[in-house]
Amino acid sequence: MRIESLTQLTLTRFREFIREPEAVFWTFVFPLLLAGGLAIAFRDKAPEQAIIATIAAPAGDNAAASVSVALTAAASMKDAPIKTREIPSDSINDVLRTGTAALIVVPQAGGGVEYRFDSARPEARAARQITDDLLQRARGRRDVMPVKEVTVRERGSRYIDFFVPGLLAMNIMGSSIWSLAFAIVTQRNKKLLKRLAATPMSRLEYLLSFVLSRLLFLGLEIGVLLGFGVFVLDVPVRGSLATLVLVAFIGAAAFGSIGLLVSSRSRTVEGVSGLTNFVMLPMWIFSGVFFSASNFPAVIQPIVQALPLTALVNGLRAVMLQGVGISGVLPQLAVLGAYLVVCLTIALRIFRWQ
Amino acid sequence: MTPSPDPSLALEVIGLRKSYGDVVAVNGLDLRVVSGQCFGLLGPNGAGKTTTIEICEGLNTPDSGTVRVLGRTWDDDPTSLRAQLGIQLQETQLADKLTVIETLTLFRSFYTNGRSVDDVIDLVQLGEKRKARMIGLSGGQKQRVALACALVGNPQLLFLDEPTTGLDPQSRRQLWTLVEGLKAEGRTILLTTHYMDEAERLCDNIAIVDHGQVIALGTPRQLIASLGAEHVIRLATAVGDNTDPSHLHPIPLSDLLALADVRGGRETETGYELRVGSVQTALPPLLALADARGVTWTELSTHSATLEDVFVSMTGRQLRDG
Repeated sequence: MRIESLTQLTLTRFREFIREPEAVFWTFVFPLLLAGGLAIAFRDKAPEQAIIATIAAPAGDNAAASVSVALTAAASMKDAPIKTREIPSDSINDVLRTGTAALIVVPQAGGGVEYRFDSARPEARAARQITDDLLQRARGRRDVMPVKEVTVRERGSRYIDFFVPGLLAMNIMGSSIWSLAFAIVTQRNKKLLKRLAATPMSRLEYLLSFVLSRLLFLGLEIGVLLGFGVFVLDVPVRGSLATLVLVAFIGAAAFGSIGLLVSSRSRTVEGVSGLTNFVMLPMWIFSGVFFSASNFPAVIQPIVQALPLTALVNGLRAVMLQGVGISGVLPQLAVLGAYLVVCLTIALRIFRWQ
Repeated sequence: MTPSPDPSLALEVIGLRKSYGDVVAVNGLDLRVVSGQCFGLLGPNGAGKTTTIEICEGLNTPDSGTVRVLGRTWDDDPTSLRAQLGIQLQETQLADKLTVIETLTLFRSFYTNGRSVDDVIDLVQLGEKRKARMIGLSGGQKQRVALACALVGNPQLLFLDEPTTGLDPQSRRQLWTLVEGLKAEGRTILLTTHYMDEAERLCDNIAIVDHGQVIALGTPRQLIASLGAEHVIRLATAVGDNTDPSHLHPIPLSDLLALADVRGGRETETGYELRVGSVQTALPPLLALADARGVTWTELSTHSATLEDVFVSMTGRQLRDG
């Protein structure tokens, strides 16, 4: 092991990366755009009004007309939870098909009411419930039990708070696997790997230079994405930064060794791309980046929990949102460490230098 | 057991064999390269040159046979052996985005002892391009960087695999001058090529390789002398106006070979090729015979015998045909 060649190899990796503008974009800018877009979609705002469509009561039917009057009165109250709009009676089906209203209220002869809605849509069910309450109360129903409401909107429980650690983990996985796979296979394809193997360069040095340059970029990646999360999106970091960085680094090392394994034999970028997607796709779906992994059935939970991305996502969330220390993320670190050791060992054994 | 290593040999290859599936690439090849020599492996594409040189470089393993590089085999301490070799591979593409000096600094870092990067850049005459990225260099300049990468470790033994293939004539001559400089410094060089002129100019000794075997061995002069002829005469004919292919050879080859001073020859696609001792002695009877048979030579050219003629006379094929 020579420090000089390790330094040179790492510098080479660094230079090749920063001289590839596209790689810089996909690693740094793209996740920011994604997080920014989601922040806009899930920004804090007052609960939305449900949009209710109604059709005019038949002329001369006073009982039916009173339903329309009650509905309009309810919708015009201050902070009304619903917004009404009158539609011609022949467009009911159109409105239901296009989902432009959550609920259609059809006043009935004799003062009754008919609700038309898609019971599979949660907001349609909620609209039905709210509208029904308003109409029943307007008609004199009295609630029999006193109710007190406390609404909570705590920082750290929003979707964006849930999502940012997931995004961070996904970015670590993607950049670690891709940067290694692409660089190694390109070098193999160009016979540069063979040329390097013909020098006295230690093979461990070569592989270590990838790990080191990954860690170098990882600092930047975490800094940019986390900074954006904390300062722009107001995502909390409740645990210590040191623990967070440790989890991220061990995660990056684990995915780096997975990247090494993925690229240990392939001769073409096309070949390794397929393999990379094959490895990453299940984790995008099952590891709980976009929604909680606990949604999956209990039968597949052991597999879900054994995925390295699940471990990294859960570890980062635990540190950022729950504020746990190292002892709280030991199981996740153990899973990641196991991937690191096993993949690296196999990769070193089967690595093809030409 | 193989005999003990001869200290004057930089490279010794005995009974080398290598197959890829059904394809036999190297079929019992022997080489002895004396220290300080420039040794050429000459042969068409697919002759087994690259497989042989890569086995010598420790990049490939033989099915059988012995390879001794600087008195050692690849079984013991390959890293320290690699430190003493300079290697230029066929078709290596160095990293596009690195500059010349960055590339060489990287390679230099692998060697404990070696030459300074600046020295090597000056040696291959790339001083002006030191800060240029590899992607912007010409083919000849890239090849010189590759040669420089082989030199930063200050190697005793250099392996150059087709160093001038694909280069323009000027770049080839520039590389030849560099190799001649390396020879003058007393380095041992093993060079593969399919260019005859390159081998004739650079190599002290040449092994002509075909189908994975050495078919001739010697200095360029010895090999040419082995033809038993100093000159080659090429002839093309036309009988009247008839250009029908069957009339390309109106005189039986045996009649031509029976002429005075003709040492050998063959029919070619356009006429004949004869090896002769002297053009002055051989030409008059040749012209007389043509007159007697009513044959007109439409083309007649002569040249001093070259390695190309050696290869053709041994295999019946042109070198570049592969």
